[in-house]
Amino acid sequence: MAEVEQGCELFSAGHRACGGCGPALAARLLLKATGKNVIIASATGCMEVFSTPYPETAWGVPWIHSLFENVAAVASGIEASLKRQGRSEKVVCIGGDGATFDIGVLCISGAFERGHDITYICYDNEAYMNTGIQRSGATPYGASTTTSPPGACAPGGNPLPKKDMPAILAAHGAPYVATASIAYPNDFVQKVERAINTPGPCYIQVHTPCCTGWGFESGETLAMAKLAIDTGLWVNYEMVDGKVVKAKKVRRKPVEEYLAKQKRFRHLFKPARRDDVIANIQAIADANAERFGIDIKRKESSE
Amino acid sequence: MLEFMEGSHAVAEIVKRCRPQVIAAYPITPQTHIVEDLAQMVANCELDAEYITVESEFSALSACLGASAAGSRVYSATTSQGLALMFEVCFNVAGMRQPIVMTIANRSLGAPLSIWNDQQDSISLRDSGWLQFYAEDNQEAVDLHMIAYKVCEDHDILLPAFVCFDGFILSHTYEPVALPGQEEVDAYLPAFTPYQRLDAEKPLSFGMYATPEYYTEFRYETDRALYRAKESFIKAGREFGEQFGRDYSALVEGYRLEDADTALVAMGSICGTAKDAIDEMRDAGKKVGLLKIRTYRPFPGPEIADALSGVSTVAVLDKNISLGGGGAVGTEVKAALYGSGAAVYDYIIALGGRDVRKRDVAAVVDLAEKGKGDMFYGLRTEVL
Repeated sequence: MAEVEQGCELFSAGHRACGGCGPALAARLLLKATGKNVIIASATGCMEVFSTPYPETAWGVPWIHSLFENVAAVASGIEASLKRQGRSEKVVCIGGDGATFDIGVLCISGAFERGHDITYICYDNEAYMNTGIQRSGATPYGASTTTSPPGACAPGGNPLPKKDMPAILAAHGAPYVATASIAYPNDFVQKVERAINTPGPCYIQVHTPCCTGWGFESGETLAMAKLAIDTGLWVNYEMVDGKVVKAKKVRRKPVEEYLAKQKRFRHLFKPARRDDVIANIQAIADANAERFGIDIKRKESSE
Repeated sequence: MLEFMEGSHAVAEIVKRCRPQVIAAYPITPQTHIVEDLAQMVANCELDAEYITVESEFSALSACLGASAAGSRVYSATTSQGLALMFEVCFNVAGMRQPIVMTIANRSLGAPLSIWNDQQDSISLRDSGWLQFYAEDNQEAVDLHMIAYKVCEDHDILLPAFVCFDGFILSHTYEPVALPGQEEVDAYLPAFTPYQRLDAEKPLSFGMYATPEYYTEFRYETDRALYRAKESFIKAGREFGEQFGRDYSALVEGYRLEDADTALVAMGSICGTAKDAIDEMRDAGKKVGLLKIRTYRPFPGPEIADALSGVSTVAVLDKNISLGGGGAVGTEVKAALYGSGAAVYDYIIALGGRDVRKRDVAAVVDLAEKGKGDMFYGLRTEVL
């Protein structure tokens, strides 16, 4: 346990994240939204490691890390303890996509089913980045990772679609579920504010591109996050009581514009174009657009 | 006043009087009666606690960790497979120095599946940093819970503890038990004062990662705290004796050891059977005694060596097996007695609920005195 030096930012600079780290920006925005009256429970992962090398910490709010897969259970206990003591701090979990989509599902399901008043933030960079870019349940179809590499028998890289975690948590009866992106910081901050002020378990999945894992220049993080939205491969939406109530509309670009800028999709263009895989990815974007109604039609303006 | 009640119910009654603020537990035989009783107490407004009906033992202990870090006194109970599922969290709780008390209704580990008693579960967590106390009977089980909270919450200790009592043999057995009243418990065990807690008024980071420059020192500090817990236990056990008339100031307890040539060493309910067997052997002229280990962690090595200094033969009854390495208690007793000249033999006994009778204890003593040991006792060779 280490003393915290309070600066003007609750998530202070000087941590060990890579230059251009999407999750680091999400952490900073998260604490702008929560303010000081919060307790953060963190899963093991990039963010935990780069922000708390003993005896230093980047967290200007109370923060706890236990294990990779138990953050929602730890938060359940914190929430129960605060309730018993009549305290007012909000309880917020942070986990990467591996902790959230894969290894931590049991604990998350339990916490959401029991209805604890917690907010769970998944920073989704679409693979296990802390261990060196392995496939998770959040890795998109067609992406190359070190455990879903393209090869003669697997020309497309990752053969499986991204798990629909927001739908799983909405099905638990979560009153508020949202997706967000660091490309739209005000939107993310507003969604966090709404989540922490909504009684019961709420979930926000924020898209946080990883320049190291995805293979793009560190100055391009926000541009990459925005391209994901502009192509329809990531949709920013809100679900209230299980129903989609709002989704960000876009004038969609072809997915190829997004794919071609990232090394994790390079195998779709070199040594030979994989039009079949690219077409499948375009179909995913088209299905997203259909499901969420995000295409801007004539005379309609962006939200 | 003595009351006749089931062991699990007695444990639940004393846990209630220890005023845990958060309870998180998952049902598993033979622990279930404890957490059922506590749930009913919460439902009846007899116990003012948050009761979290978690979806697994893994989450039970994880929730306890969060609640403890946030400043509450917490409680859980488990056994066997449930404790095995908590393995990762156990190490974490001890490393994070959270004073959590958990009852273990000792049970064997599968495969093969067995719901019956031995001590493989808690002994397998011997390296986790939890204090481990073993009860011989239900009175001791009750009393050790109060002592455990006192030792764990000592700001010089800050460690978690297992209070172990044998599944079914104690947990489901009705015995007369003296249950201290609420005011008496409050007088012995003050309200929980966390050393540090998660608090927006004073932000701290808990559970940071340590590089090679710091990791060893964290382990050293935790190890020192376990050894310091000896003194804390002795003090808490003495205070307990002063208030309640039952003294627990000894980490190990001798029975008819004064002039013994042969000593049995054991933990838990088997000690009761051993004492009766010893009485009969004494009547027959055999100089036999028992050394009961109450605190397996911290391991009372010097205390064992001291208590057994006049003994020539030692027979350890191990209700566990470190497969490929012998009984866990026997191994450590041998280390404690290294150089003493005593012949120390280990007996793997009472696994998976196999009953141990007085004649079995006597047979073990005979084996040891004949120099035969380091073996499974009572193997049914016809089914091998």
